[in-house]
Amino acid sequence: MAEHVSTAVVTAPQPVHPASMPAPAPATTPVSVARGGPTGRPRTRRLAPGPRRPYARLLGPLLLLAVWAGASGAGLLDPRVLPAPWTVLHTGAHLWTGGTLRTDLATSLWRAAQGFAIGLAAGVVLALAAGLSRTGEALIDGTVQVNRAVPTLGLIPLFILWLGIGETFKVVIIAIVVYIPVYLNLHAALAGIDARYVELAEVLRLSRWQFVRQVVIPGALPGFFVGLRLAVTGSWLSLVVLEQINATNGLGYLMFQAQNYGQTDVIVLGLLIYGVFGFASDSAVRLLERRVLAWRRSLSS
Amino acid sequence: MAPLTEQLKAPQPTPTPSRPAVRLTGLTRSFGARTVLDGVDLDIPAGQFVALLGHSGSGKSTLLRAVAGLDHDTAGSGELSTPERVSVVFQDSRLLPWRRVLDNVLLGTPKRDAEGRDAAGRGRAALAEVGLAGRENAWPGQLSGGEQQRAALARSLVREPELLLADEPFGALDALTRIRMHTLLRELWQRHHPSVLLVTHDVDEAAVLADRVLVLDHGRIAVDLTVDLPHPRSYRDPRLGEYRERLLAALGVRPDGEPAGGN
Ligand SMILES: Nc1ncnc2c1ncn2[C@@H]1O[C@H](COP(=O)(O)OP(=O)(O)OP(=O)(O)O)[C@@H](O)[C@H]1O
Ligand SMILES: [Mg+2]
Repeated sequence: MAEHVSTAVVTAPQPVHPASMPAPAPATTPVSVARGGPTGRPRTRRLAPGPRRPYARLLGPLLLLAVWAGASGAGLLDPRVLPAPWTVLHTGAHLWTGGTLRTDLATSLWRAAQGFAIGLAAGVVLALAAGLSRTGEALIDGTVQVNRAVPTLGLIPLFILWLGIGETFKVVIIAIVVYIPVYLNLHAALAGIDARYVELAEVLRLSRWQFVRQVVIPGALPGFFVGLRLAVTGSWLSLVVLEQINATNGLGYLMFQAQNYGQTDVIVLGLLIYGVFGFASDSAVRLLERRVLAWRRSLSS
Repeated sequence: MAPLTEQLKAPQPTPTPSRPAVRLTGLTRSFGARTVLDGVDLDIPAGQFVALLGHSGSGKSTLLRAVAGLDHDTAGSGELSTPERVSVVFQDSRLLPWRRVLDNVLLGTPKRDAEGRDAAGRGRAALAEVGLAGRENAWPGQLSGGEQQRAALARSLVREPELLLADEPFGALDALTRIRMHTLLRELWQRHHPSVLLVTHDVDEAAVLADRVLVLDHGRIAVDLTVDLPHPRSYRDPRLGEYRERLLAALGVRPDGEPAGGN
């Protein structure tokens, strides 16, 4: 990372001997000294960060892990407050083979996946309906804005009354948390289509379907991916909340139980798993985004 | 005159080839209280290259948009007939950044045309004509400004237009590239012979390229000048100077570059 930064500021003011300066620039003004640098280096400051390195995003989390391990090894951390990483790993292995971790994990993943799939589909369908037709917009957009203003997690008591405390209500809550950012971003992107492209489509006599499929939807994809990444994060967050207050199994429930027995290592284990899955799913979306929006890279490179 | 807004909305195909390619009668267009076009009459014979000059804000783009059928507002009247196949080149290339160059050129064309010709082949040929052979699979963002504008020309060409409308198509290009584009446009015109209506603010561009130069002023066509010089024309041709002077005078600019008193 440090190397990464230094490439970006390689043209920062460099001390230059006044004798090498042609004439009037007095050595006291650092700006003109920097401009007159005799090294032949490019004089502009690069504003974009340097080229992207694969796996560079792993560096921060790994560093954090190293600090944690170092502090634990040096005895700086009270194991009751924050157990050492190897203790957590050991607990994890133990719960995996002998405990309920495996089924809890599978349950949690299944909930998140179901809620995410339903929310994604609903968000896309509603955004298309609202973004592509005035009737759809009149019916849908206001309703979603109201829904958005209501804190979704505040709906939990009501949904429990309606749907019972089983799986359905959990999936529905996750789906709501997911569909809102998907809808908002995709709808904004569809509605914000550049008027110049509309004109172009008219001149080229595109049919409505051609216009939607070849101009509007590809143009809205960058916005869609913004919503998708928010949705992925949202699905994990709502899962934690749901499982900690209203569940009899799942990762959150495991952590909730551990809290009652003061098992810090199990709580930290749960947090770590959430972290890993959150990171992995976000990376997957990014990867997909880079594939699908390959044309954007051509602008930056 | 009775408003004939329907015709303004949807240009009618010219019924018989003996009529001019473009016929405009009494075209009027207002924005609120401002009348921008005040009864414009204009005939463009098939295959004629016409340049349209005028001050900024004189209504050149408004006129072009009406002819292109892009003006959907009803605050206009007049009769308008245009050919079936009309292509427009804008000031920006307006390539879709998410489609490769060839796909941009072919946007909206059927895979095979009425005569069974392969669209992709014709797209490649059009790109080759504008000097972009080999760049079919580039993204628009990878082309220079001049290349993007050439790709836009190819996109127009592939539709085999009877009428080519261009609104300051070279306005964003540097002087050198612009001269290259002039040559290219003229060559393409000689090969395909569409009627051309080229909006420009550049008097030299108009005089070098066009067979006929119009000046739009106060909502009407104030000057209609036939440029009777053989092609290819050189920018240094002394005979061009005379036309240039007359056009500048029509635009209210004295030869020393100062605007004439009054407007
Ligand atoms: N959509 C619009 N709404 C209101 N006024 C408009 C609109 N379009 C054009 N006008 C007005 O009509 C006048 C003519 O505009 P137009 O764009 O046709 O000028 P132009 O001759 O193309 O100018 P330029 O050389 O600067 O491109 C201008 O005064 C402009 O403000
Ligand atoms: Mg204009």
